Amino acid sequence: MSSAIGSPIDRVDGPQKVTGAARYTAEIVLPHMTYAAVVAATVASGRVAVIDTGRARGAEGVLAILTHEDLPKLAEPHLLPSLAGAAAPGQSFFPMQKDVVHYAGQPVALVVADSHERAQYAASLVEVTYERAPSITTIDEGRDAAYEAERLFGGLLPARDERGDVDTAMAEAEVRVDVAYRFAANHHNAIEPAATTAVWDDGRLTIYDSTQGIRASQLTVAQLLGMPLSDVRVITHFVGGGFGSKAMVWPHVTLAALAARHVGRPVKLSLTRQQMFTSAGHREEQEQQLAIGATRDGRLTAMHHEKLSITSPFDDWAEPATGVSSQLYACPNYRGEHRLVRGNTMTPTFTRGPGEAVGVFVLETAMDELAHELGIDPLELRVRNHAAVDGHGNPWSSDGLEECLRHGAELFGWAGRNPVPRSRRDGDWLIGTGMAAAAYPVPLFMPTQRARARLYADGSAVVQAGTQEFGTGVLTAMTQVAADGLGLPLGSVRFEAGDTDLPNVSSAVGSAGAGMISAAVHAAATALRDQLVATAVADADSPLHGADPATIEVREGRITQREYPGVGETYGELMQRNRLADAEAPGSWTPPPLDTPHGLLTFGAQFAEVAVDPEIGLVRARRMVGVFAPGRVLNPKTARSQLVGGMLWGLGQALLEGNRMDPRHGRWGATSLGEYLVPVNADAPEVTVDFVELTDTVVNPLGVKGVGEIGQVGVAAAIGNAVFHATGRRVRELPMAAELVMD
Amino acid sequence: MPAWAVQLIAHHVRPKIMHNDQFVATAPPDRPPLTSGPSSLPVALTVNGSTHVVDLEPRVSLLDALREHLDLTGSKKGCDQGTCGACTVWVDGRRVLACLSLAVTCEGRSVTTIEGLAAGEELHPMQRAFIECDAFQCGYCTAGQIMSAVALLEEGNATTDAEIAESMSGNICRCAAYPNIRAAIREVRDAGEGGHRATA
Repeated sequence: MSSAIGSPIDRVDGPQKVTGAARYTAEIVLPHMTYAAVVAATVASGRVAVIDTGRARGAEGVLAILTHEDLPKLAEPHLLPSLAGAAAPGQSFFPMQKDVVHYAGQPVALVVADSHERAQYAASLVEVTYERAPSITTIDEGRDAAYEAERLFGGLLPARDERGDVDTAMAEAEVRVDVAYRFAANHHNAIEPAATTAVWDDGRLTIYDSTQGIRASQLTVAQLLGMPLSDVRVITHFVGGGFGSKAMVWPHVTLAALAARHVGRPVKLSLTRQQMFTSAGHREEQEQQLAIGATRDGRLTAMHHEKLSITSPFDDWAEPATGVSSQLYACPNYRGEHRLVRGNTMTPTFTRGPGEAVGVFVLETAMDELAHELGIDPLELRVRNHAAVDGHGNPWSSDGLEECLRHGAELFGWAGRNPVPRSRRDGDWLIGTGMAAAAYPVPLFMPTQRARARLYADGSAVVQAGTQEFGTGVLTAMTQVAADGLGLPLGSVRFEAGDTDLPNVSSAVGSAGAGMISAAVHAAATALRDQLVATAVADADSPLHGADPATIEVREGRITQREYPGVGETYGELMQRNRLADAEAPGSWTPPPLDTPHGLLTFGAQFAEVAVDPEIGLVRARRMVGVFAPGRVLNPKTARSQLVGGMLWGLGQALLEGNRMDPRHGRWGATSLGEYLVPVNADAPEVTVDFVELTDTVVNPLGVKGVGEIGQVGVAAAIGNAVFHATGRRVRELPMAAELVMD
Repeated sequence: MPAWAVQLIAHHVRPKIMHNDQFVATAPPDRPPLTSGPSSLPVALTVNGSTHVVDLEPRVSLLDALREHLDLTGSKKGCDQGTCGACTVWVDGRRVLACLSLAVTCEGRSVTTIEGLAAGEELHPMQRAFIECDAFQCGYCTAGQIMSAVALLEEGNATTDAEIAESMSGNICRCAAYPNIRAAIREVRDAGEGGHRATA
């Protein structure tokens, strides 16, 4: 019966975005605005011995300088993923509370001035003398002190997952693949740098924040400042990309609030591009090892997946890397482990396809090696081993992997591929093709989600939920969901978001946004529709008086009997007769319990063709195909775009993106987009995306599994496998630098 | 060269021989660097056909002048280092990175920003094509993409997909809408609508 859901409509915020009218956080205009600049530590470990602010204080336009000597003491932050719905600081450490320095880039002073230029200039006049201590900023430096983590993600997830007898099964396996991989650190580099504008009014705080979760910003700032939630309001209309860097709440948000309270004027704090490398998290440097044991006919018998990564001095953080390898394939004996090295970095954080974008690279590269070893087609090896149930024996809430693989193979032209490496050429280029399965967990650990629907007697509606638009198309998709729920044409519905005064939903992270927000919006919209239907059947003057509500439907704002479409009236007629200027209903959705007896993964399949110039190690992706089964697709146009973007993130992960610490200084080698390479237009081939339709009745009412992460997962493996097919060379490091690829 | 510019250069290069109190008083010879920036002076900027006189320090970039002084926030600050292209505007019809241009150097020139592209309520064909082709997600790089896209059609640099891709590679889209950006540019090119600039 739905008509708007599933339609490829244009973004409702399109006109604002193409005309420059859309306002992002740093573009909010407030009277008497002031500007903050962060002074960041230049050493990776030690303490601030002397901080001389004299000259900076004398600089023109300076209103205040805050250091650890005068910043108020805050409550202790405790890291917890923002989806959980509590305070969500990105790390269990707040800078400028003491003189200690834990990582380069840590804020040591904050300058507030009456213009952007004056704040930046005065910040350059703050003279900091450090007592430097030895630092550890790479895995190599801390390898000897590596330890096994007990729990990850602020305690939410166990760091170890084990079933069966891995060691015996591995020893007895007919065939073994056992390989190690290294990964440079990644930075999100959303094009909008993180920014916060804070303003106080009569003891109440309003924050404009560039965030993936306004509620998380509200909870975190309120907790750190010891304020009631009702006195902290967060507003965010447009966010210039997040990719995980705005999923947690970093210190600058609270610093902006403190500075605004201190100077008694609004404060705008925008991080610089350089500071985005040290102030909003990153994907940690890591190593992974995966051993697979199998039978000669290609059945997996044992798998051992280990991750070693570097974390901060204060948090056991690792993106969980084994959520897919532990359950994608049927394998009776499995062990996944996470080991950590403590280092002098900020706490790493979610980066698109958290954990699994790397873990699946390892898994799907190993599967390719196994297929090659066994002489089995890589696609058939996946199909043969795909599990029917998850690691606990629960059936999938919905599957679709085999359909994705088969359909992708058809679109790509996989059949008849000569598996022999280095068997295709195009002039100087070696040509190779590769594929990988993709899967990403569906997270359900969010609290109850809420929305509200209001219908006016003129037939127009406003539906609200406290989420924010950062490119996912949520404003568009939720307009569609609300229109269908209310039975109104799209043009009569406006979806409003971006304010914590609206009904509460969780941060849009981990591909959870579309599913959880649509659930609340659908609940509110249908509750309001049902309320008005009930009014109609109870109204002696309505043509629907006495009808069974179950026989009634609403389309285009008209309430009718399903069997007799001629019998009915419009919302407007009903409301005006009943002297209802408007009608309103809340809606909420509580996710299934954490022990729901279902396997929860979103599936897909990735294919890539590469051309490699073996003389110079240049790899060019020539075409990419991805097929996904993300449940209900609310808007295929925006969903396709998100998946294409994810796939090109996978290309960047495979070929371009990496940052390394310079251990002499304990600082990142790259701190600009000139040094940290991300895909540009000329890197991006044509990308084909298609869907496998499936119904999921478990994850949420509309059966939405999300598209934010799955697009990226598996791409790097498909590209790496294609590079192997082209060159005969396995590159066991990301990004695949030219020197690793060339002959 | 205007008188204030002579003063400015003299202030930085030869402060001791300056006789203008306004400058000398701010730079004690024994305490470099300066604690104040060079003073603000009125600068006449012609943006999207209108001339605005704003008080600007000489160190203010064109991008900050647009965003912080003229409230034209359509041009975006993605890096402030000239690497991302989100601040692309036209100066005298040429593509320019506003974050690497000093506002004072734009006096007497014609600046066009994304806000000046549509003809009133009617979107420029490239703006319409970006919506139809879904050539953006978060929208933060979009102004720069569109300003580059319109210019490169005029420059005749969009005859093939490879040429479009190469010419558009100074504008980073982290959402990676690149295939859709190319599609939008193709659409406008093939309809032959790219040439007209609404204002300037």
